[in-house]
Amino acid sequence: MRKFRIMSALCALTSAGVFAAHVQAQEVDHAKADAEFAKFRAEMEDSNPAELFELKGEELWKAKRGPNNVSLAESCDLGLGVGKLDGAYVLMPRYFKDADAVMDAERRVVWCMTEKQGFKFDDIAKKPFASGNYTPEITSLVTYVAGHSRNKQFAVNLKDPKVREIYETGKEIANYRAGPYDFSCNTCHGSDGKRIRMQNLPNIGSKEGATKSVMGWPGYRMTGGVMLTHQWRMNDCFRQQRFPEPKYASDTITALLTYMTANANGVMYKGPGIKR
Amino acid sequence: MTKKIILATLVAVPFMAAALPAQADGAYRAKAVAMIQKDFKPRGQASLDRLAEDGVQAICNRTGNNPPAEIAKMLEADQMAAVVYPADGQLMGDWKKGEKLAQSGKGFTWKDKPGLPVGGNCYNCHQISPKEQAYGTVGPSLLHFGKLRGNTAETQKYVYSKIYNAKAHNLCSEMPRFGRIEALGTNQIKDLVALLLDPESPVNK
Amino acid sequence: MADPMKIRAQLKGDEAVIRVLMSHPMETGQRKDGDGKTIPAHFIQSITVAVNGKTVVSGQTGGSVSRNPVFGFKLKGAKAGDKVAVSWIDNKGDKRTDETTVA
Repeated sequence: MRKFRIMSALCALTSAGVFAAHVQAQEVDHAKADAEFAKFRAEMEDSNPAELFELKGEELWKAKRGPNNVSLAESCDLGLGVGKLDGAYVLMPRYFKDADAVMDAERRVVWCMTEKQGFKFDDIAKKPFASGNYTPEITSLVTYVAGHSRNKQFAVNLKDPKVREIYETGKEIANYRAGPYDFSCNTCHGSDGKRIRMQNLPNIGSKEGATKSVMGWPGYRMTGGVMLTHQWRMNDCFRQQRFPEPKYASDTITALLTYMTANANGVMYKGPGIKR
Repeated sequence: MTKKIILATLVAVPFMAAALPAQADGAYRAKAVAMIQKDFKPRGQASLDRLAEDGVQAICNRTGNNPPAEIAKMLEADQMAAVVYPADGQLMGDWKKGEKLAQSGKGFTWKDKPGLPVGGNCYNCHQISPKEQAYGTVGPSLLHFGKLRGNTAETQKYVYSKIYNAKAHNLCSEMPRFGRIEALGTNQIKDLVALLLDPESPVNK
Repeated sequence: MADPMKIRAQLKGDEAVIRVLMSHPMETGQRKDGDGKTIPAHFIQSITVAVNGKTVVSGQTGGSVSRNPVFGFKLKGAKAGDKVAVSWIDNKGDKRTDETTVA
């Protein structure tokens, strides 16, 4: 028997905090700082707490639940057939005939939960994002679904006219300036190489920027230790844009996710990620 | 004054629509606007009226932020005419207060408490004092601004009106109209002018 | 009941690299909620690792460890098929054991 020391991963967690505190001290080499975090992220990739949520999601996916007492595994079609998970995430958003709508992954799982399992949409939408110790079931489910598209290429089908229409609409939503500060998505995310404070701002209209925007979602955010989805990211962007709150799983969010994800078509998805 | 601006834009919007060639993405823009109108809910201070475009936003949204020069000029003049200067004519405040204000990015989100004061949000987008390295790059660097431009009455007036309403200088500027929307008061804007122009400010050291 | 751990045990030469992800809030007992009330401490306080039933690691942890913590160990003389069991107990008496096989 021997005592142990908490190993590298935890030390790395601490050093990320130290790194942030030093930012103000002297001239910062921004490229170097980014490279350091990339190294840390690579180190953390096979110890990402996101996997805990995949496990939880698997349990939820397979369990018979809801008023109809059916499992998602035996009722939910993510586009490749009922219960088929492998590669489904990177093909969404896509058009679903049964719902007559283009849906992103999170919205589709919500649809299955309401239509197949009999849950009420309003109950799911009441608190749809993680905070503190609370992680909604939908977040774990989406993380599980996303985990089944690791190392698969994004391939949103823009040849489908319904998807194309949502894509073009999303592109216009990204352009729309309003609110007290006259901000649109593109005020921050419409050109290359910009930053807010130390935060790099990907240009969602470019392949490189769109890749940065879709990669790593759903993501485990170390600040606060919460698992968050891409729907959450859109929600929080609108907050910072000084807009009212977008309704959960709405067309507007699907449209933006379609625009971004399709712009990253052909890029290999690395699975649920880890974020600062 | 506000009435005049609204009137001007009401005239301008249909004019624009008529003047522009039919664009392929016009239909999608209409769809986007309709989608936005139905997909949001009010939260905290962020009410649904924020989704509506005002005149300037409408023109910029419809022209890819690149309106025809004569329309831009007309609307810029409208915005400029609405700039309120301090009663005593003094445009320079306290750069130390300005620095504090420039650091804060608070205000106007659905999580923020409604009301004033809100932050200047300056470092979010601009390099300003050499002591602050965590600055954004959405806007140009303002390092050594006063040293380069001089602290003349002319420059003071330019900086004051730019912060008060950036759209008075460049109609589709990405910078918010801090004075116009009453996010910043006269005294706060004066403090920011001092931050950029006061020879004692670290910006000019 | 506590959520499952994720355990990986990969053989590299004659060493197995064991990585364990635990699902736990790890509240320090120092933090306050939105109303200013102290959030009660809730953290894992002991961890053991057993290989084929024999305890090889045991240790104490406290509230300074992050939420959903990650632990890593290197096990010398490991071989494929060894059973690795990881257990934790927290300060409220909650516990959890999960198992995996070295591969």
